[in-house]
Amino acid sequence: MSEKVTSLASGHEGTLGDQVRGYVGRVKGGEMGSLPAVFGIIILTAVFQTLSPFFITKLNFANLFVQAAELTMLSSALVFVILLAEIDLAAGVTAGVAMAVFIQLIKAQGWPWIPALVVAFIVGTAIGLVIGFLVAKIGVPSFVVSLAFFLGFQGMQLVLLGEGGVYRVEVPAVLAIMNKNLPAAGGWILLVVSALASLALSIWDRRRRSSTGLVNKPFSMIVIRLVAIVIAGSFAVYYMNLNRSQGNIPIKGVPIVLPITIVVLAIGTFLLDRTRFGRHLYAVGGNPEAARRAGIKVVKIRILAFVICSFLAVISGVFHASRIGSVDGSAGHTIVLSGVAAAVVGGVSLFGGRGRLAHAAIGAVVISMIDNGLGLLQMPAGISYLVQGGVLLAAATIDALARRRNGVVSRN
Amino acid sequence: MTPPVPVVELTGIRKSFGPVEVLKGIDFSAYAGQVTALVGDNGAGKSTLIKGLAGVQPFDEGLIRFAGTQVELNSPLQASSYGIEVVYQDLALCENLDIVQNMFLGKEELKFGTLNEPAMELQATQALTRLSVRTVKSVRQKVSSLSGGQRQTVAIARSVLREAKLVILDEPTAALGVAQTEQVLNLVQRLAQQGVAVIIISHNISDVFKVANQISVMYLGQMVAHLDTKQTNYDEVIAYITGTKTQEGVK
Ligand SMILES: Nc1ncnc2c1ncn2[C@@H]1O[C@H](COP(=O)(O)OP(=O)(O)OP(=O)(O)O)[C@@H](O)[C@H]1O
Ligand SMILES: [Mg+2]
Repeated sequence: MSEKVTSLASGHEGTLGDQVRGYVGRVKGGEMGSLPAVFGIIILTAVFQTLSPFFITKLNFANLFVQAAELTMLSSALVFVILLAEIDLAAGVTAGVAMAVFIQLIKAQGWPWIPALVVAFIVGTAIGLVIGFLVAKIGVPSFVVSLAFFLGFQGMQLVLLGEGGVYRVEVPAVLAIMNKNLPAAGGWILLVVSALASLALSIWDRRRRSSTGLVNKPFSMIVIRLVAIVIAGSFAVYYMNLNRSQGNIPIKGVPIVLPITIVVLAIGTFLLDRTRFGRHLYAVGGNPEAARRAGIKVVKIRILAFVICSFLAVISGVFHASRIGSVDGSAGHTIVLSGVAAAVVGGVSLFGGRGRLAHAAIGAVVISMIDNGLGLLQMPAGISYLVQGGVLLAAATIDALARRRNGVVSRN
Repeated sequence: MTPPVPVVELTGIRKSFGPVEVLKGIDFSAYAGQVTALVGDNGAGKSTLIKGLAGVQPFDEGLIRFAGTQVELNSPLQASSYGIEVVYQDLALCENLDIVQNMFLGKEELKFGTLNEPAMELQATQALTRLSVRTVKSVRQKVSSLSGGQRQTVAIARSVLREAKLVILDEPTAALGVAQTEQVLNLVQRLAQQGVAVIIISHNISDVFKVANQISVMYLGQMVAHLDTKQTNYDEVIAYITGTKTQEGVK
């Protein structure tokens, strides 16, 4: 009984080498996270680069980010329900309905765009509430509930917009998201702010640990992380700040959608990692009965997850409307499966309880690269679907296999 | 000897599942600093009794007194507000979370509205250390990577952390090997030494004799005997469990 508090390790001990060995051990133990997806990105880059002279160009690089941002947002939305081992197949059409409401309030009712957008988000959130209620409170399987909404809302979109109705988005603020760029300095400021925020958070965490008397990981890890962010970020900002226009009017700068996406992901990650709600969400996803016995309000957590999912889905709907420049009755029909694919490819487990928003973002880049690269190779759309389907199947299989092995140490 | 105060006292507890009466008027007490074993054959109603105490599956009828005052136990939250903690037969841990996270599940500590990880890690480490737990490698290990015995250890340590007054263990050693069983039984004793009332369910009568101060025997939904470990023996307990002996027969 005379042992000191420090007799039990916490995974923070040791040198940089020990930490690296610990990480390798976790990966070998089946906790691969988004490592396969990162390799996927490298391989896809190499393949498309050799096959198409257009793949690594300034224009396509920015395009890829814009495309991936929309998918990232939907995929992140889905992470909240996939973490509970649930699914929301209606996430895409929920966004579609919300955008139909948005455009009709402007066009038919003459509303200003801001209140119209607020109502669109309220509609989306309300849909999430209903789906969540049916799943969590009534006990209808989420697959069935969301499939029913998926079908029903395709009809709703047509009712709201009329058969074949296509409405141009004439709101400059909305159009700017995907089509306008930050001034050159803006990109650099974004990078500096992101890097400083990440650094400040790490130092804050270390302070709290040491003031409690706990060991910290070697400081060099923070430095390495910071250097990695700065190098990768500088490259991206520099490249996007070059003129990528093929015409006379120059196009340059970081697309506006990027800071928006980063902020949403940061808030979502904060919610998942650092709040009680996030902890409970993971707990319910890992073992609902254990969560219930621990006094967690499982029904409330489930409903909230569906609400957040629908809310984020509406953001992806806004991105979509901005990119396309119009709202029509078919918005959001096909993206939901790409969203699921992105999450799973990125390393979010379909069995619940494992996954992060960053995984969804990385997975979204993979799926967008496939779509984009095959498009550049002028492959028919059918091939892209076939490849995406194959990738989803492979990722889900890896997920199922990894689940059989054990994890070793968590992030904290 | 001071007369012991029951931490929990049940009188006339009944519970039915549809037409099947599983608990038929149970009287039962557990005392601070003592290990009370609850034994009985499969289906005797032991798990049902403790699920009621845990607020997971409330009783239909009967009186529950906690530290002398009458209480209702209708939800796990209510039960834990009285300091009742249960370590379930089917372990109630989240495999995807680490040891610290599991130990604080549902009772997370916050600072500035966000999780206070350092404080939780420190307290979890202290609780494990107080119970002389040495078998886990890291307190940030995920539960999925722990052995059955280690998981029991975490589950038991969780109750220490929550300053439980009554800890209920449903077959904590059922799936364990010899060495791990020994460790968990030692842990149970250390738990009682800290002044906690411990109820342990077990089918292993020699384990029961090793740790328990009292033995309560259930037979087909009834409490048939309350025995002092020092004044009974293996054969007598077995006889009550199998129904070949009844309290009336003793008198
Ligand atoms: N939810 C339920 N619905 C219907 N019957 C139940 C339910 N839970 C328990 N029972 C029945 O109640 C009786 C007592 O079960 P219980 O689980 O309390 O027994 P036990 O003493 O814990 O047995 P074991 O030693 O096998 O764990 C059994 O006959 C069981 O079938
Ligand atoms: Mg039982």
